[in-house]
Amino acid sequence: MAFEGLADRLQSTIKKITGKGKVSEQDVKEMTREVRLALLEADVNFKVVKNLINRIKERAVGQEVMESLTPGQQVIKVVQDELTALMGGEQSKIAVADRPPTVIMMTGLQGAGKTTTTGKLANHLRKKHNRSPLLVACDVYRPAAVNQLETLGEQLNMPVFSMGTKANPVEIATKAIEQAKAEHNDYVIIDTAGRLHVDNELMEELEEIKSSVKPDEIFLVVDAMTGQDAVNVAESFNEQLDLSGVILTKLDGDTRGGAALSIKAVTDKPIKFAGMGEKLDQLEAFHPERMASRILGMGDVLTLIEKAQTNVDEKQAKELEEKMRTMSFTFDDFLEQMGQVKNMGPLDDLMAMIPGANKMKGLKNAKLDEKQIVHVEAIIQSMTKKERQDPSLMNASRKKRIAKGSGTSVSQVNRLLKQFDEMKKMMKQMTNMQKGKKGKGMKFPFM
Amino acid sequence: MSFMKKLKDKFKQNKEEEKVTKKYKEGMEKTRTSFSSKINNLLARYRSVDEDFFEELEDILISADVGVTTVMDLIDELKMEVKRQNIKETDKMKEVISEKLVEIYYGEDSDQIESMNIQNDELTIILVVGVNGVGKTTSIGKMAYQFKQEGKRVVLAAGDTFRAGAIEQLEEWGKRAEVDVIKQSAGSDPAAVIFDGIKAAKSRKADVLICDTAGRLQNKVNLMNELSKVNRVIEREVPGAPHEVLLVLDATTGQNALSQAKTFSEATNVSGIVLTKLDGTAKGGIVLAIRHELNIPVKYVGLGEQVGDLQEFDAHAFVYGLFADMLQE
Repeated sequence: MAFEGLADRLQSTIKKITGKGKVSEQDVKEMTREVRLALLEADVNFKVVKNLINRIKERAVGQEVMESLTPGQQVIKVVQDELTALMGGEQSKIAVADRPPTVIMMTGLQGAGKTTTTGKLANHLRKKHNRSPLLVACDVYRPAAVNQLETLGEQLNMPVFSMGTKANPVEIATKAIEQAKAEHNDYVIIDTAGRLHVDNELMEELEEIKSSVKPDEIFLVVDAMTGQDAVNVAESFNEQLDLSGVILTKLDGDTRGGAALSIKAVTDKPIKFAGMGEKLDQLEAFHPERMASRILGMGDVLTLIEKAQTNVDEKQAKELEEKMRTMSFTFDDFLEQMGQVKNMGPLDDLMAMIPGANKMKGLKNAKLDEKQIVHVEAIIQSMTKKERQDPSLMNASRKKRIAKGSGTSVSQVNRLLKQFDEMKKMMKQMTNMQKGKKGKGMKFPFM
Repeated sequence: MSFMKKLKDKFKQNKEEEKVTKKYKEGMEKTRTSFSSKINNLLARYRSVDEDFFEELEDILISADVGVTTVMDLIDELKMEVKRQNIKETDKMKEVISEKLVEIYYGEDSDQIESMNIQNDELTIILVVGVNGVGKTTSIGKMAYQFKQEGKRVVLAAGDTFRAGAIEQLEEWGKRAEVDVIKQSAGSDPAAVIFDGIKAAKSRKADVLICDTAGRLQNKVNLMNELSKVNRVIEREVPGAPHEVLLVLDATTGQNALSQAKTFSEATNVSGIVLTKLDGTAKGGIVLAIRHELNIPVKYVGLGEQVGDLQEFDAHAFVYGLFADMLQE
């Protein structure tokens, strides 16, 4: 696949400079090239990338390498710091008007997810802030858009103000606010029609709505998958409407979401929320630092290192490495290691933190199921001591017994035996590769 | 004769072609002006072909969402070409650049343009897939309208049973195009709706059945499995179907489009792409990347909101649309 995390990209460069005490200019140049490509592949706007790279170069050259980090990690850290700084702090407050109702206007391109987000935001306001919002259907252009908002209103059991598709959006918005006042709704969320930022006529309509209802918040709803054009979209919406914030949608996809960075860079408006799924409660506060890691595609390398260091007993790890090298790794060791890994936290989180984990053969589609781990444990625990030491003892009747004892099937037992065998081979390769280098005991048996 | 001259002559001679080209030219107004003016600008500023020149060209292509891998390959090839022809000055570059871009699109055989696989005497089934918000239902509405205009009997199947208002949206299009829409209630099994659609299309002796599906992000395994099931139902009911599986892509999408194309191809058998929202400032450079890396042809492009603005893709006209300004000088 075209998507490579920054960490993977940097591997070869990092190898070259491991062991150096300082980061030289040449090192930085090579690494920033990789950083540049990674950012571009993540759809960060090329101009934004250029500025960022210049700053990173300035900061990284000549830096002392921190003791706990390799030079490669050092550069990654600089990059991540810069990205996090650029993304700004977390900000998910919603304005409250002095005199209710507070008016929120939703804008964006077609298909960004305005209507769904309108529903989600209303739900958020009610659940988290105990408000009673009124939804307003101002998208009179797209077939059945009004209908969509009404259905959402039904699902949420919330009032929806609509005047069909014949009315003028400005009029709808104004009337809606009158109704909100009469019915004591303290928030009004106006869903507008999707439009291209170059469509002057429709952009003017937004300005008219704005000047007639004086919204307290104007959100730009942006698809996280947007490419290089995100900059132009955000810039023109911001110029015409003076946005108060951005909501990023479809972040539950596998996009890197470089658009987030571009938008923040050109508008300097906070990204307040992120849409994380199709259900109406899947709207979350936006976390800039997480986004920075995601854009780089490096997982949270630093956190992972910290976690591993605190949880894996150094001595045990050494013993383990010795065992791996001599191929005397047994099911008992496997079990013990699984316990250690489990101490580090939920497996999915751990996997997400490992750079390139999604790229590894066999792991790519493997759904890491905690239950599966329980099964594996049960199977191993159903083995006799001898069997755990020497899997070659296995025959049909032993397997049958193990399956029965663990509440699994013979095929599951077989699968585990096969995986274990392959794992051993792989470990041998890995340790051979690492010979002479001090391993930190960072091996995961389920890889 | 150079390729671009051929292209230019072709569009000058033929009145009919000119009409199509005009649409592209208008629809791609923004794309074209920004893209070709940028290249013209670049050529004007640089006298000699050097590293800086290539670096800036790289930026221009990347800004059009062509994608890093494709751009790198393209730049490498251009550098080779420059060496081979011993080009020193930039004024010769215009043609080399446009030729390389066209080459990427066509690959080896330059005359073959894949058109829609429409059966003559029997039912043609088109399955439309894509992520959320790319314009699947709208594209289906426009396609239905056009097939109807051509005198075909069209049936639509409302397979998006998930999103609020999706069925109503398709029905509205059905009314506009005056074609039948087969539906069940919201939340029902999409495969069952499609099954009904096939039965209805057969009994009504329809020429074309277009199946709508709910938008789904390609990393949602369960939803992709659901899509495979829909695909299997179609395969089972009508041998040889679906005749077309169209992946709808939003032209403003960045590199994620590649991942979409790849994953949807695994679940179904994507035979072509509908590139929507190509009007505006959308760049659609991703078309090149998809063609280059995954080899899936574009079959339709959306150049505006009007019913007639969904066009069968014509690579010649597309490229001509991009370079029209440069050619007229």
